[in-house]
Formats: sequence, C-alpha cells, structure tokens
Amino acid sequence: MKWWARKWLAGVTLAVGAMTASMAAEPIRIGSVLSLTGPAAYLGDPELKTLQMLVDDINKEGGIIGRELQLIHYDDGSDASKANAFAKRLIEVDKVDFIVGGSTTGSTMAMVPLVERAGVPFMSLAGAVVVVEPVKKWVFKASTTDRQAAERVFIDMKKRGINKIALLSDTSGFGQSGKKETEAVAAKYGVEIVANETYGAKDTDMTPQLTKIRNTPGVQAVFIFGFGQGPAIATKNYRQLGIDLPLYHAHGVGSDEFIKLAGPAAEGAYALAPALLIADKLADDDFQKEVVTNYKNRYEARFNEGVSMFGGQAYDNLMIVLDAIKKVGSTDKAKVREAIESTTDFIGTGGKINMTPTDHMGLDVMSLRLLQVKDGAWTEVR
Amino acid sequence: MLAQFLQFLLSGLTVGAIYALVALGFTLIFNASNVINFAQGEFVMLGGMLAAYFLRSGLPMPVALALAVLVPAAVGVLMEKLTIEPVKNADVLTLIIITLGVSMIIRGAIQIWLGKGTYSIPAFSGDTAIPVLGAMIATQSLWVLGLTAVAVLALWYFFNRTLTGKAMLATSFNRVASELVGINTNWVLCMSFALSAALGALGGILITPITLTTFDVGIMLGLKGFVAAVLGGMGNGLGAVIGGLLVGLIEAFTAGYISSAYKDAVPFVLILLILFFMPRGLLGAKVTDRV
Repeated sequence: MKWWARKWLAGVTLAVGAMTASMAAEPIRIGSVLSLTGPAAYLGDPELKTLQMLVDDINKEGGIIGRELQLIHYDDGSDASKANAFAKRLIEVDKVDFIVGGSTTGSTMAMVPLVERAGVPFMSLAGAVVVVEPVKKWVFKASTTDRQAAERVFIDMKKRGINKIALLSDTSGFGQSGKKETEAVAAKYGVEIVANETYGAKDTDMTPQLTKIRNTPGVQAVFIFGFGQGPAIATKNYRQLGIDLPLYHAHGVGSDEFIKLAGPAAEGAYALAPALLIADKLADDDFQKEVVTNYKNRYEARFNEGVSMFGGQAYDNLMIVLDAIKKVGSTDKAKVREAIESTTDFIGTGGKINMTPTDHMGLDVMSLRLLQVKDGAWTEVR
Repeated sequence: MLAQFLQFLLSGLTVGAIYALVALGFTLIFNASNVINFAQGEFVMLGGMLAAYFLRSGLPMPVALALAVLVPAAVGVLMEKLTIEPVKNADVLTLIIITLGVSMIIRGAIQIWLGKGTYSIPAFSGDTAIPVLGAMIATQSLWVLGLTAVAVLALWYFFNRTLTGKAMLATSFNRVASELVGINTNWVLCMSFALSAALGALGGILITPITLTTFDVGIMLGLKGFVAAVLGGMGNGLGAVIGGLLVGLIEAFTAGYISSAYKDAVPFVLILLILFFMPRGLLGAKVTDRV
C-alpha cells in the first residue's frame, strides 16, 4: 500500500472511531414541565428560553462529561393536574436523568410525590417555601422564596425604626402565599401588621383599600405584596391619595417595566430584586457581576428581550445540576443528588447558594437586593 | 368617615363613566340592528392600547389620541362591512355569535402584535390630585367625567338636532318604514358601528392613565358595560349612562365597605336579579312584538 493511502485510511478509521464514540454516548436527558401557556406563562416563557439557550450553547462546546444534553419539555398550561401526568411521562417513558421545573408551586407540588417515589433529582422553579420545607430527599429549589422577601423587607424596616405597617397583597397564589409568610415572620422582627388588605390581581383601582389604610392610625409604612400591573396601579393610587409613608414592594416588581407603568408615582418606592435585574448597576467587584452580566448578554443577544428573574432561576437550577454531574462524572441519580446537596458557594443569578441536607434552597436572605427608585431609575440601597 | 365615602363615590363615578360609554356603544348598535355587539369591550381595549402604541412611537399626544379613536372607528366599520352586512338577514342570535368571534380575532391580533405586556399613557394633566373634603380627586378623573359628559351631550345633539341622527333614530324605530322614506339603512348600520367603536375607544383612552391596559381588558369592561346597558334598559341612551354610573358606584362601594373580592361578582348577581324582576331595566321601553 502506498504511504499516502495508508495515511488516508488511518485518518478515516480515526474519524469513524470518533463518530461512533460520540454516538455511543447516550445524551443526558433533561426533563422539564413548564407553564408556557395560561396565566403563569410569564414564568414558563423565559424559563424555557433559558433552558434551550443553555442546552444549545453547551452542546456547541461538546456537551459535558463527553455527552450531549437533550431537553424534553412539556407545557402544563398553568394547570397543576397536568403537571403530574407529564412528570409521570418524563420519568417512565422519556427516562430523564433529572427534572428542572414546575414553574408554579401548584405544579411543583403535584410532581413531588412522583419524583420522590422514582428517585429522580428535581430542581423546582417555584416560589413558595413549602417546596423545600419540610425537606424532601429529591427536591431542591435554588430560588428565592416569599418568606425571604418578607424577611428582607423587615430587616430594612427595623433599621429605619418602623414597627407598625399596613400590608396590601393580591389574591393570586403569589400574593396570598406572600401574605401568609409576611404574617408568619412579622413577630420575629417585632413588626405589627395594623392594617391588612387585599386586591384582585386584575383590579384596576386600589383607592378603596388604600383609603382604609390611610385612615388606620399608627401606620408607619406600607408593604405591597403583588406581581404584574397591580403594584403599579396601587403605587399610582398611593400618590394620588397623598400618602407619604415609605412604600415597600416585594420581589415581583423590580423591573424597568414597573417604573414605566407607574410613572412619576414610582419615585421613592422600595422594591426587592435579585442582582440580575440591576446587572449594569452592580459595582465591578460585586461577586455576582460576572455571572449576571454573562447570562444577561447571552439571553438578550439571542432573544432580543429583557431578562427576568424567572429565566435567571432556570439558569441557576440547571447549572447546579450540571455542576453536580461534572463532579460525579456520571448521571447516577443517587450520586448526583448527593452532589447537589453538597453544593457550596455556587454563584448564581439569584445569589450565593450553599445547600445542606437540612436546607435544599441554600440562598441567603440578603441575596435579594433592596432597590429604590431615584430620578426614574432603580438604585441599590446599601 | 365622610372622606372615605367621598373617595369611594369618586372612584365609582370615574369607572362608572367608562361603563356608561361602553353601554352607550351597546345601545347604538342594538338600536340600529337588534344585535348585542360583544366586541364592544375590544374597542375600549383598542383605544387604550393604540394610544399607548402611538405615543411610544413618538407621535405628539393630540395626534396619537385622535388616531386611537379613529382607527377603532375604522375597525368598527370594517367589522360591519365584512361580518355583519353580508349576513344581515340571519337570525339575531347568529349575529351575536359572530360579534363574539370578531372580539376574539381583535384580541388575538393585538396580543400577537403588541404582546401580553401592560401599557400605560401619562395622565392628561399630570398625576397630582386635588383634595376635596379630605378625599383626593385625581385630575384624570375630572377628564373622564368631563369628556364623558361632552360625549353624551354631543350624542344627544346628534340624534335630536341633525338629519343624519334623526335618520338613525328612525331606523331604530322602524326599519322598513325608514327604507320606504328613502333612508339608507345599510349606511345607518355602518354609522352605528363606527360611532360605538369610537365611543368605546374614547373610554379606553380616558381610563388608561388610571387603570393601565393590556390586550385582554376588553372582556371585563365589555361585560360590565353590558350589565350597565341591561340595567339601564337595553336601547335607552339615558338608561345606559345611568346604568353605567350605577354599576361603577356599586363596585366601588362593595370594594370599599365589604371586600374587593366580591366587587366583580356583584354586577353579575345584579344582572340576574334585573332579568328576573325587571326584564326591561330601569328605563327600558315597553316593547310589543307583532306576531
């Protein structure tokens, strides 16, 4: 055989060998049940986009531990009972290696019994504290809870000597869970809720509730726990009624959208937000600067829309599992679960995460940043 | 106590004025065609959403607001020409179902075009509020009440003092007789859609600085306006205005004195009671059908 032919043949053999090797490695199957339609679509939409972006980017670089990633996702239509059926399908038919998602608390809780029985690592993207309390062996959730939001606000109130507040919450799941947690932790911080009002998430006028709050004696600050347009309308009504007490919002409004909607009325209002939403305002030496800027740039370049904290949570939760898989070197479910549980100092878009066998959430209270509207823009209160 | 009462009264009147405009729109089309146009709420949504869109794209406020009334009026004409006129002789129920379909198309188109986000426009004369006896009136509320009053007066003048208006009125009384004296009833039907769309859009623009708007606000506003129209007596203009203000007031007082959880339910419970006990509403005319 001529020397060039031998060389050529060797090349082909090598190439074929490499191809069969990469084909032989099964892809890592990521299962996901998200709320892509229905009332919770604002959660599921950025979550799915984030997962797809990460899977594509990682596959372009050759996957992890020599295997490609494969995302299998279903839309529960914001309906918890469907989430249960899809979780069953993910586990039994698609045979996924782990599950990310359950956009809402309802969907997550519907999936929990199945993953617990099957023993599949499960990263929930939901908000309520019940997901990780009491601790469930296979369930994790590296994202902010409503209790943290309440505690974070109370910490700031205490600093300002505020101990009598009015609470205004919306009647959706987000607001009601927030209300419950706020009531539960108020005493711990020596804060008394002297007026407690609610509004419908689609209400267009909160003047009546705010009038009652204004007429309650002793109120030193108002805490609004809601999401979407409600808090913006309430803020407008607040100023129209001429109330000049400090106004706190939970973690549902910390976006530029809120300032646009509430207009000049937003001036001076406080709100909570993860570092992601103020990425360009973070100090250069901020420990989250790099991760949030990186994620924000990638997301905005690909989808041509602003980031949200929900997409950021999808990022954090997926990356924690991938880190765990890299650490173990396989997708052995029990080992991966242990590795997730021992996650230490993971810097995500939501803060620094340290999981332990007794804490499957791992986020510090202070990882939510307190922002204030100043001259029409969010600034961090330090 | 008085301040609180006044505050509820004011917020009720403001929302009520918008319901009145929607109810007037229902009345106009009902008179011209016996059709209950369930796309009425979508015109309100169009008004607010388009105003926000035109303002965002940099048009000066007066132009943006004028366009936000004219474009929905054109949509109203299109709707009549494309979906109602071709099947004019169909059963009224069929026509009503068609309007439901049109409302879904309008809502869907806006959702695709402008997205699911919430939009707002600045208040016409700033966000300051005027204190009155301890209650606060937002200046935008005065705009709402004032311009609604102007619209109602203009409509009254149109129907009672102009030939076109009288022709429309005549058609509502007796279509065949109107055709016999040379009134183009097709044109009247078309006009009634244009007018009621413009009225709805006006309402939508006026209320947006207070309540903000999204692609789906039309459903609830349309239904509340319908309750107002039925409460006042379907087909009666004055009844529509009174009905609208009443529904607004009932809502505000329910939210204020009982709980905001019930405020949407009350108007709908009300409509059941009205249909049981006073099927013609407060000011409804006594109708006799020829058999």
